[in-house]
Amino acid sequence: MKDFEFTGCIEIKELLGEKADNELQLMEQLEEVALDSVYYHTHSYFLRHFYLAGQYPNDFANWAALQVRDRVLGEKLGIVTPSGEKSLEDIRSELLDIIDAHLSSIKIIPSVVYGESFYFMKSRIIEIKTGVSVKDLAGFTDALKVVHASAIYNHIFEARLRIRKGRSDFATWLEECLGLDSLAEKLERIDCYMYSLEDLRAKIIDLCQKEIAG
Amino acid sequence: MSGKTATIESYRDIAPPGTIDIVYNLSRRLKGKSFLHVNSTRLGGGVAEMLLRLVPMFTELGINARWEVITGNSLFYKTTKAFHNALQGDKELIMPEMYEEYKAVNKSNASDLSLDSDFVVIHDPQPAAFIDFKPKRKKWVWRCHIDISKPQRGVWNFLKSYVSRYDGAIFSLPSFAQKLAIPQFLIYPSIDPLSDKNKELSAAEIDSELSKFGISTDRPIILQVSRFDKFKDPLGVIEAYQMVKKYNDCVLVLAGGGAADDPEGAQVLSAVKEIAGKDKDIFVLDLAPDANITINALQRAATIVVQKSTKEGFGLTVAEAMWKAKPVIGGAVGGITVQIVYGRTGYTVNSVEGCAYRIRYLLNNPHLAEKIGENGRDYARKNFLITRHLCDYTALMSAMLTG
Repeated sequence: MKDFEFTGCIEIKELLGEKADNELQLMEQLEEVALDSVYYHTHSYFLRHFYLAGQYPNDFANWAALQVRDRVLGEKLGIVTPSGEKSLEDIRSELLDIIDAHLSSIKIIPSVVYGESFYFMKSRIIEIKTGVSVKDLAGFTDALKVVHASAIYNHIFEARLRIRKGRSDFATWLEECLGLDSLAEKLERIDCYMYSLEDLRAKIIDLCQKEIAG
Repeated sequence: MSGKTATIESYRDIAPPGTIDIVYNLSRRLKGKSFLHVNSTRLGGGVAEMLLRLVPMFTELGINARWEVITGNSLFYKTTKAFHNALQGDKELIMPEMYEEYKAVNKSNASDLSLDSDFVVIHDPQPAAFIDFKPKRKKWVWRCHIDISKPQRGVWNFLKSYVSRYDGAIFSLPSFAQKLAIPQFLIYPSIDPLSDKNKELSAAEIDSELSKFGISTDRPIILQVSRFDKFKDPLGVIEAYQMVKKYNDCVLVLAGGGAADDPEGAQVLSAVKEIAGKDKDIFVLDLAPDANITINALQRAATIVVQKSTKEGFGLTVAEAMWKAKPVIGGAVGGITVQIVYGRTGYTVNSVEGCAYRIRYLLNNPHLAEKIGENGRDYARKNFLITRHLCDYTALMSAMLTG
């Protein structure tokens, strides 16, 4: 039986020097930027929010709603979920379609008046072993309480993007190595894009503890 | 900093879970590598304060870390002060001889110092021209701590001719990024939770500090800590307090310094004192630069902390107040908009009226104020502590040296 090794990550945040002051510029820049930038503003959004989930789960939606004060576009972009089944190009396309349709339905291009511009950035993720490795569910549950939150990100969000199976490393290990198919299924049913990493940590620990208690 | 230097292990229970293990594991890749910081002062200011803590931490991690400081004459400092202002958008006239002096002082310092380290971080414009003396096959990064979002073009173009030859640049906020062909990284500044300014204080210590100024805690305290500078808008804070005072009894404390060597600051302080003189519930404290325990005590005693800036880079006082679990009301400018999550860790405001409204709102909703304060502490724990800063530098060094 293979041990589960927790691996965390650190994000190096890179500024691209490109910005948008209105929604048309946002669309034009989004068409051009590197996919690493789409990743930064959608996927790794979760890595930057250990404690507080923002109003919407991606930077584009939050910018439209909070900085441009266009809540309509904010809501529409907020539903875009960077799940593992989609490639970054799919996500870019989905975002562009929404902005394009929105701009086609209004006469004036919403711009930043009092808010901040949108600054395009990109991510470089460095994986780091946490040094924590477990053999069974009890050990797994205890380890979840102390590992760096980035390990939760890495094994859930990153794993789904990496292998594009829509499945987290946690669920794969629980099922394949411990034979805990039902717990794995419960973990997979969590809508993790609606939680901060700390809330997600608490949710998974709770499910594991219930499983242990029988 | 407290008399005794804290080890990295001392931060284990303060930083988010697992952070210290991540730091140790990441730094293993860098064992035996050398890391040099160069700036222009060893004492005073946020950069020196940060390096004073970070450099020993890198050493503790097995990285051969050094910190060198450049020296110059009065014309050099006059020039770099003018650069500083011009890069932040002020109009400054830089004469040709000033540019020449800048180059000469950089050249002479570079030849006096050992620059042979694997990874070198040059802080701010003063030593930026050191890049002329970069040894081959080493990685050099320029770390900019100031707001260069709207620089005076002439000065920026001069500086850019140096910056563009580095292997990368680091900025404190996304809005400071420039059109450069080199990679630009974002690293937020940080606060040290174990420093005199941020360490835990007992109730007796807090009372003792407050009693020096005759401030009592029997009424809510609204506090702003910052230099007496027009961009920190202390007069706006007083105006907001006066609006609040019609409905809620409270006291206002404006604590800061920096007026002694700044004629414009002295004018602002004088105007503040004139208004405060008419209201015994306004306390204006012109503090010494090392009054860290006093600031700590004031922040811990405050009910609400305000940072009503009209121009701001990264507000360290905002991070300090959040770390002390205080709800913060900040001007919606610069880094404050990144630091305050609206409605979760505080409120950003755009006017005196907005500031007054949010003060009243929080004074009348103490449970919400408490919750916002707790959220702020969590947010600061993840984002603004020195342990995160250590991680960021170590990760960047690792990426640039080992690929």
